[in-house]
This record gives sequence, structure tokens and C-alpha cells, in this order.
Amino acid sequence: MNHVSIFVLNQDSAFEFYVNKLGFKVHTDAPMGPGMRWLTVCPPEQPDLEISLMAITDGMMFTKESAEQMRNLVKKGTFGFGVFQCNDIYATYEELKKKGVEFTKAPKKEFYGVEALFKDDSGNWFSLGQKK
Amino acid sequence: MTMEQYPKVYLYRRIVEAKLFIDSHYADNIDLDNIADEAYFSKFHFIRQFKKIYGKTPHQYLTVVRVEKAMQLLRTDLAVSDVCYSVGFESPSSFSGLFKRIVGLTPSAYLTQQQQIKSQILKTPLNFVPGCFADKNGWTKKSNFEEVI
Repeated sequence: MNHVSIFVLNQDSAFEFYVNKLGFKVHTDAPMGPGMRWLTVCPPEQPDLEISLMAITDGMMFTKESAEQMRNLVKKGTFGFGVFQCNDIYATYEELKKKGVEFTKAPKKEFYGVEALFKDDSGNWFSLGQKK
Repeated sequence: MTMEQYPKVYLYRRIVEAKLFIDSHYADNIDLDNIADEAYFSKFHFIRQFKKIYGKTPHQYLTVVRVEKAMQLLRTDLAVSDVCYSVGFESPSSFSGLFKRIVGLTPSAYLTQQQQIKSQILKTPLNFVPGCFADKNGWTKKSNFEEVI
């Protein structure tokens, strides 16, 4: 897989979160017309995996009603878009907390490994695990 | 008190503080011995714990942070010599050598490459967007992109 999408409420705020807090790299940041932007970021060790931070706007993909529904679902924290892993979950947890990332679960040993859960600035949640 | 008597969480917090200090003071003349002292470690323990967590010694990590900041500044079209001193390198030749070792290009070549990419993104942004996404967003219906922007 080389592209994956995460729906966000605001691309500027998402840029701040994924780039300046999580430390992801900007892959492409292209203006596509008034109010439209193609913004993709990559995890630091995966320069070929583009994560598209997709705005939820009414147009081709969403109607006005479905865009409003989607925004509400995102705000409620409905979606878990994926699992990230890191070299050291305790150090990553301490650093991200210090940078203001909201964790809904502190690192905890589960039968499958140590796991924490955090949310992005829009409300999407992610699992964070440690490489074995 | 010896290292082993501290709960592990405090150990992690001290290493993370040191790492964040390097992240925000990379442009300064950082004394890594001072950072070890601030973290209440012996220099040996500090380097060992830091490398265990981040895969690099503090010195190696500082170099990588400086080079990554340099890449960001070069993408804003700042001159290579200005970038060199802005990120804390003391000589353009050592900056250029370390930059090339880590990035694979000299700073000048990287600057030129990024300027070309920026120009291509502005002229033909659709070349950077998978067709399905462009189509779903209605971007492919606009035949002359320059009119839209």
C-alpha cells in the first residue's frame, strides 16, 4: 500500500499535529484551488507511505449532509484509522504527552504486546505499540 | 542514590527531556556533558540509555536534527551558507560533508532539487495526486489548472 487517508476537521491543525507533534515528514503539500489542498505526510521511517490528511468538504466525495455527518463522526472519535509502532513505547509516550498529545490509554502490557491509545487533533484514535 | 533505585518512569522522563532539549537547542553550541549532568546521569550511562531508546548517541542525534532542520530551511530557498550557520554548524565544509552523508546529496544539489519539485507542484499539481483521489474531489474536471489557482 502506498497511500492511505485520514479524514481531518482542519488541515492546518492536522499539519501541526502530524508534523510538529508526531514528527511525520511532509511528502506533498499542493494547493488544488480555492480552499482545496492535497496534503500528505509520511512516518519518519516510511518515506514511501503517503498518509493523506483529507479535509471533509461537500463536493464530489461528500454531499453537504454527509460531510456534516462525517465531521460529527470524526469529532466523536468514531474512527481508529490505524496502528503505529515505535522503538520504545515508554519514551514515545512521555515525549508525546509533553507535546500535548491526548492519550486515552497509557502504555499497558496486553497479551499481544505493550499498547497505548492516543487521539489526533480531530478526534481520530490510534493504537501505538512497540516493535518486538 | 544509584540508578537502579529510581522508578523507570523517571529514567525515561529524564532521557526524553534531554532529547527535547536537543530538539529545541540544536542551533546552539550544546555541551552534551552538561545535558548528561542535568539528567542526573554519568556521561557513560546517559549515552548508553539514550542510544538504547533512540538508536543513536546524543551526538549522532544532534547531527541528524541539525541536518533535518537544514533540509527544512533549504526548502524555503535560504542560501546554503546561511543555513549552515543557522542550524549550528561551524563550517560550511563540515556541514556539506555531513549533509551529503545523511541525505545523499550536497546541500546545493538538494536546494536545486527542492526548487524544481516546488515549481512542478505549482505548475502541474495533479501529477502529485493519485487519479482516483483527484477524480473523487472533482479536480480532474478542471481542464486548465492554472485558471483555478
